[in-house]
Amino acid sequence: MSIVKSLTGAQAAAEAMRQINPDVVVAYPITPQTPIVEYFAEFVANGIVNTETIPVESEHSALSAAVGASAAGARAMCATSSQGLALMWEIVAATPGLRLPIVMPLVNRALSAPINIHCDHSDVMGTLTLGWIQIFCENAQEAYEHMLLALRLAEDERVLLPVMVNQDGFITSHAVEPVKIYDDETIKKFIGERKLNRYLLDVDHPFTVGPLALTDYYFEIKKQQEDAIYAAKSVYLEIGKELSSITGKGYPYFEEYKASDAEAIIITLNSTAGTVKDVVDEMRNEGKRVGMIKPILFRPFPYAEVREALKNVSSVGVFDRSIAFGAYAPLYSEVRNALYDLPKKPKIQSYIYGLGGRDIFKSEIRFSFNELLDGKVDPNIQNYLGLRG
Amino acid sequence: MPTLNDIVSKPDLLVSGHRMCAGCGIAPIIKTILAASDKPVIIANNTGCLEVVTTIYPYTSWSAPWMHLTFENSAAVAAGIEAAYKAFRKRGKIDKEVNILAIGGDGGTYDIGVQALSGALERGHKFMYVVYDNEGYMNTGNQRSGATPYGASTTTVPAGKESIGKPQWRKNIVEIVAAHRIPYAAQATVHQTLDLFKKAQKGFNADGPSFLAVLQPCTTNWAYDPSLTMKYSRLAVETNFWPLYEVENGRIHINFKPRERKPIEEFLKGQTRFKHLFKPENGHVISEMQRMIDEEWARILKLEESEVRI
Repeated sequence: MSIVKSLTGAQAAAEAMRQINPDVVVAYPITPQTPIVEYFAEFVANGIVNTETIPVESEHSALSAAVGASAAGARAMCATSSQGLALMWEIVAATPGLRLPIVMPLVNRALSAPINIHCDHSDVMGTLTLGWIQIFCENAQEAYEHMLLALRLAEDERVLLPVMVNQDGFITSHAVEPVKIYDDETIKKFIGERKLNRYLLDVDHPFTVGPLALTDYYFEIKKQQEDAIYAAKSVYLEIGKELSSITGKGYPYFEEYKASDAEAIIITLNSTAGTVKDVVDEMRNEGKRVGMIKPILFRPFPYAEVREALKNVSSVGVFDRSIAFGAYAPLYSEVRNALYDLPKKPKIQSYIYGLGGRDIFKSEIRFSFNELLDGKVDPNIQNYLGLRG
Repeated sequence: MPTLNDIVSKPDLLVSGHRMCAGCGIAPIIKTILAASDKPVIIANNTGCLEVVTTIYPYTSWSAPWMHLTFENSAAVAAGIEAAYKAFRKRGKIDKEVNILAIGGDGGTYDIGVQALSGALERGHKFMYVVYDNEGYMNTGNQRSGATPYGASTTTVPAGKESIGKPQWRKNIVEIVAAHRIPYAAQATVHQTLDLFKKAQKGFNADGPSFLAVLQPCTTNWAYDPSLTMKYSRLAVETNFWPLYEVENGRIHINFKPRERKPIEEFLKGQTRFKHLFKPENGHVISEMQRMIDEEWARILKLEESEVRI
């Protein structure tokens, strides 16, 4: 059983949190703030959930309090965006090291300076080396479902790592869409209870969290953390299958849209994928063999699977909504890495677009597809879409 | 009221084998405070001396649930633990009562942690915050903090031809905390075990957040003989440099009034951080310090007398 509601992406994430009914939710409204926790606070105020909420005094304290609650044994969550993620960076780095399964929706927006509140992926891309599992969502429906999947993935004993569930600022977070919300009881059953081995509130079995580990142990602890994030790859598919039995949908590492026989493929994250699919449909009608790939599980990155999906493609265009300043753009860099082992590599080209929330138009996507189809591809040139001057 | 013997015969939650400097006062402070709790204690500890010497992996000195996250946020971590506890109570997942204790040094409290502390106090979490105050960043080698006293030489503001050491007086952290209208805040020190114990009991039993600032003379960076920690603690009190007082529901009560306060030189003598003050050209610094101490003492006496709530 399910019902369709008109929801923004932020509300969709909050709906997932309603069904999860976490023990603790922590909130701070930095600029640009996200309304996810506000919607959730209404559920608390109206007794729809019985979560303990902490309206903290900064984003740094927001994740700190969530970490404290999670170490204490609670299912703890917070949500953030842009500057908030930047301010909590120190704790973002510490959370996976403590192996705490915190799920945090992230509304992707540009980073200061200049200050800008609009959609951009600079916030998350700066945290990719820190050890969180990263899931990207095209729309409100995915934001809802991936929150549920993320929670199970985070808490799985083979994983025990935090997860960020990304959605595009404004484009997804503030735009209303029809979202299918699955039956509360079914979802609650899927979610289950957090399994606890060692936790601070188990006062009869005291243990020490967050010790000092020096040259003799730090390295091994970090290797275990790496093993855990690689283990997340197969666990993700396993839990995805379970969720499929409720939703009837698949939960692959990436979505392939008309990609199997495509000559030219564009790879892009989040909401832009919707626009690219439209252009793919139009150009397919014109007889052009174009397709799209949208990464969903971005950390751990599915290199082998991406390589397999691209092995027969002539040209690949990678769309990044952030710059890596002085290096290949983040998504481009991953895809390019994935292709290295192919004996016959596709041509590949990097496009940066949409920084600070600048719109991307179908004409620009079409222009890129045509470049790719014409073989006008130069891996050493950084292309920009919609850039003036 | 328990005797000293009662306090020391309680099971240790901070056990020996830690790597504190010889003569360090932190362990007696923490042991006394933990002994004052009649419930299990869950501890959130900032980065600092106490954290680094008690949990060198794979060892731990803690027999209580203990957590360290980063330098500035034990108050926020404690808030999270308290919220988890409330959620567990509400959902029938725990029936025991617990005390939650956040611990930081002065750098992690007066300076970088003051925001997290203020937020947690304002929200009214039921926890006690303890600062062991050694008047500087001593774990990293004597850098200046907001708790460093006027005239002290530190590695970031050293004394020299053009410098008397720190030119400012320290923050009044107890009054900053008390201004949050919390039920209990107090200043204590390491050598007054019973006074510290009673204050910790009041803090644990307070109906809301509580705060203890405990002076912890640092043998390493105040640089004196390790056998003299308790002596310097006593002199800090007898010179009125570190008055023992408490603020209960806003009202100040002074716990110890020296019959005859000793001159500040007696506290300064023998500490390398104040050595330069005994050069003739720095005599004015000691006079100024004495003037500030006497003025501050007169002020808190007046506050106590007036019964005005702060």
